[in-house]
Amino acid sequence: MLLIECPWCGKRAQTEFTYEGDATVKRPEDGDQAAFHAYVHLRENVTQWHDEMWQHTAGCRRFFKACRNVTTHEIIATAKPKGDLPDMSSGKITS
Amino acid sequence: MSRYSIFSLARNALSDHKNWRKVWRSPEPEPHYDVIIIGGGGHGLATAYYLAKEHGITNVAVIEKGWLGGGNTGRNTTIVRSNYMLEGNAHFYELSLKLWEGMSQDLNYNVMFSPRGVINLQHNDASVDAAMRRGNAMRMNGIDAEWLTPAQIKERAPLLDLKGGGRFPVLGGLIQPRGGTARHDAVAWGYARAADARGVDIIQNCEVTGIIREGDMVTGVETTRGRINAGKVGIAVAGHTSHVAAMAGLRLPIESHVLQAMVSEPVKPCIDTVITSGSGHMYISQSDKGELVFGGDLDFYNSYAQRGNFPRLEQVTQNILTLFPAFSRLRLMRSWGGIMDMTMDGSPIISKTPISNFYINGGWCYGGFKATPGSGYVFAHTIAQDRPHPTNEALSLQRFETGATLDEVGTGPVPKAH
Repeated sequence: MLLIECPWCGKRAQTEFTYEGDATVKRPEDGDQAAFHAYVHLRENVTQWHDEMWQHTAGCRRFFKACRNVTTHEIIATAKPKGDLPDMSSGKITS
Repeated sequence: MSRYSIFSLARNALSDHKNWRKVWRSPEPEPHYDVIIIGGGGHGLATAYYLAKEHGITNVAVIEKGWLGGGNTGRNTTIVRSNYMLEGNAHFYELSLKLWEGMSQDLNYNVMFSPRGVINLQHNDASVDAAMRRGNAMRMNGIDAEWLTPAQIKERAPLLDLKGGGRFPVLGGLIQPRGGTARHDAVAWGYARAADARGVDIIQNCEVTGIIREGDMVTGVETTRGRINAGKVGIAVAGHTSHVAAMAGLRLPIESHVLQAMVSEPVKPCIDTVITSGSGHMYISQSDKGELVFGGDLDFYNSYAQRGNFPRLEQVTQNILTLFPAFSRLRLMRSWGGIMDMTMDGSPIISKTPISNFYINGGWCYGGFKATPGSGYVFAHTIAQDRPHPTNEALSLQRFETGATLDEVGTGPVPKAH
């Protein structure tokens, strides 16, 4: 069972939350098809530290970001949607 | 390759089984191969076998970082079926099921394919309608499907509670009679033995650490046992497809998720078919050793850990017990996880790529095991002919860009939802 810290409600059990995917993808500004394809479909799918969105569905229902290691499942930090997560990019092993 | 038969069994029994020969060689890697397949699971080994058998390409290496079949080939729930609705999937999985039916004879290796039927239970009116529609689509594609009434299901699975604990009443079920189970390890070993006999080099304990790219071509791979050059490179590395494709500079429409499976202690025969349900997602069958083998949903977050989490384990066992209350006294013997490469539309990718001599086989989501022979067959064709086989034309990497996605359940580009 993961213990996840909601930025508003504090630490709660994993079963209160819903995973909402990669937090690093950004909707393109213009209507370029290739850019939209990349936004909708393509993911880095890192093997270590992953910035991701969660929703506290069985609590305050608000969205937030988490930085979680997808191999050990350790969560190093959570933040409000506009907040900052620690930069773990040196540990983001993708190849 | 020494042929297995009743006579070879008798001969070896008389010599106390001390003279069985090694089933495949352990060669040192050559400096160059016509084709390198990365990944020594069922799919990679089947690809190598069909490259040699169907296309006469025998200067082939299968490179595996661990041991044969040590990934998802050995971690699945061994179910084989082709009950798909969409054309692009249906013909592919049906080709695969037909290859399963002749596999033991073709490979001279008993993969214990057991077409015991796969029943998909339905618990509400809407899902009955959807199942009927799927059954009709299957029959129009020449695939067997029959509707079973609750009484007919009870006859086949007497321990099933048709009331579903009051919450999931069984209103009927769609059965694919030709579906069933197979011995998962045997599939990897059978393909390995048959590929080796045709000259394929199987190189275990050799991890690919880089893919060497020059312009729009790949020229070889860097491994923990040195550089190996290749005319063509194909990857079949379920779970790590993104990771390996990134070595060649590709970004894929895939997320990796962990899927759990578990077995109970062994008991006497009590389920002689495969029972599945989509409402409280679960699938269960009984192995030849007597263990009940079952699973359900993903853990629903990106993961490369080959182990799952307790909330899902609890939910899956609850689903099982809702339909089979008699199993509540059984002890869980083992549980484990495997890494699924979940695609954005829930269907696999067997495809050419923007790199002209680099090919991808991945994105198997929940369903890689049943696809093993068909996947190898059409991937070998794609590599050898440099164009897809008619049955994997729809499984291209390009479909995400063109919009021709194959979304069997209609949940959109959310990998965990497929």
